[in-house]
Amino acid sequence: MRGDLELIATLINPGARVLDLGCGEGELLDHLQRDKRVNGYGLDRDAENIRTCVSKGVNVIEQDLDEGLDNFVNGSFDMVVMTDALQAVKEPRELVRDMLRVGEECIVTFPNFAHWRCRAQLALKGVMPISEQLPHSWFDTPNIHLCTFADFEQLCVTESINIIQRRVVDANHQEKTFINWAPNFFGTHAFYRLGKSV
Amino acid sequence: MKRSEENILGVVEPQLYQHTAPFLLQNGELLHGYELVFETYGRLNADKSNAILICHALSGHHHAAGFHSSEDAKPGWWDACIGPGKSIDTNQFFVLSLNNLGGCHGSTGPNSIDPSTGKIFGPNFPNVVVKDWVASQAHLADHLGIQKFTAVIGGSLGGMQAMQWSIDFPARLYAAVLIASAAKLSAQNIAFNEIARQAITTDEDYCAGDYQQFNKNPEKGLMLARMVGHVTYLSEDGMKAKFGRDVKSGDFEQGADVEFQVESYLHYQGRAFTQYFDANTYLLMTRALDYFDPAREFDGDLTRALENTTAKFLVLSFSTDWRFSPERSQEIVDALIRAKKNVASATIESEHGHDSFLLPIDRYTKLLSAFLQRSYKELEGIPSPAQGIDEVAS
Repeated sequence: MRGDLELIATLINPGARVLDLGCGEGELLDHLQRDKRVNGYGLDRDAENIRTCVSKGVNVIEQDLDEGLDNFVNGSFDMVVMTDALQAVKEPRELVRDMLRVGEECIVTFPNFAHWRCRAQLALKGVMPISEQLPHSWFDTPNIHLCTFADFEQLCVTESINIIQRRVVDANHQEKTFINWAPNFFGTHAFYRLGKSV
Repeated sequence: MKRSEENILGVVEPQLYQHTAPFLLQNGELLHGYELVFETYGRLNADKSNAILICHALSGHHHAAGFHSSEDAKPGWWDACIGPGKSIDTNQFFVLSLNNLGGCHGSTGPNSIDPSTGKIFGPNFPNVVVKDWVASQAHLADHLGIQKFTAVIGGSLGGMQAMQWSIDFPARLYAAVLIASAAKLSAQNIAFNEIARQAITTDEDYCAGDYQQFNKNPEKGLMLARMVGHVTYLSEDGMKAKFGRDVKSGDFEQGADVEFQVESYLHYQGRAFTQYFDANTYLLMTRALDYFDPAREFDGDLTRALENTTAKFLVLSFSTDWRFSPERSQEIVDALIRAKKNVASATIESEHGHDSFLLPIDRYTKLLSAFLQRSYKELEGIPSPAQGIDEVAS
């Protein structure tokens, strides 16, 4: 399984009710269903992804994240997961609010726009950063709301969102000591486990 | 092209099931037995676990796939999806398709003789509802020795039957496929049905439903009903693409007798319909559509209606279908999620409106196939490849 999904899987309790936003090929839910008897649903809108999920027996619902989660009842999931989609949705703040309305907790992961490689490209070359995590050119990128760890944490403060846990990793989804010296500089990705207002 | 190349299911033969015991209907009326005409495709395996039930829509019948004779011009109504190597693969599955009670293609219905009077039922055939159909289909399954279907599948009104199956006989199906369907009709939808019914019942040849006694057929009304139906089964874009403003005959310059292609199409479809469909059956089928609302017994709460279901669901809709719009499917999906049921859903891009469910649309047929293959594997306990790898790893 993809490194980031493995890490997420360790954060989910057996038997939990999980909603996976932008579930892709259903890798996480497939794993959780078999290993942790998790009852889950994934949302996606890519036809091939949906077919792959169906072939795996993953409950996949065709739904556009930009349309929100109005169809889900308050507190109906133990965990709502969104991996690497925050920066691509139209209204990330509203979506995070909705995730915490629908779920008891949520896990959000996204690439860090303040990683030193991004900073260097902007500072030294004066161009929009392109990296392994953000491979698109400025004109065709689906990533319309890029942010940094500092930005996201500021949002959590203004929204009174409880950051239960944060784990910062490198490009290979490994946690390294040096990253924690300056996570917003050395970290490429972060996993935020969030809870409702403190 | 030779028939054998285009359709290897080939010639199929209808069979008849006779239910000799009295059958109590939902409205309290009693039928002294009934007959159902049905077809099967593929082979039932030894433990009778590979059966799939196809439920037909408003104007459908038992002949879903294959040909009735080598001279037949057209195959069954869902031949696009049923056959060897197709989505509903007859090499793997035993497919059962029937004409519902109240139908006009060989099952007991308004054209049958009422044993209590010795005359045909005509307008006196009791009102049957989706629940009655499902109960009668269960008797047919008993007769064939099928305890549990791999899947019950239906489009439109057929999807309603598949949903009712999941509610009434949760232990008798592993999966339910609801295509371009709804948990209940909208007011607009009932309105279209009422226009169709009025067209029939106000035709002077309808004779209060006893048209056969007078050797008449309310053809004009039936034709109009079908024309209205056809308009609602297509999308505006689909109609534009298919007909545009093309003229079939006449001339604008002369200003007379212009017939557009779309008019010609509707006339043809309407007229053809009067040749193979019975007016009383049409009234009965549209009423069954209107009355369907499994949530009614639960204060309108569909989630509660679905609480005891155990099937895994596949809910499909089509982007340009406005008769059974994607929103109606979404209502079913939302209720299933609230009831914590297994469900997958998709909205298929198509310009063909409600009719899409009958067409071999690539994404649609592949998704249906993937779902059925997966369901069969789960039912038979065949491990998926990923599981195999995990087992090796651990």
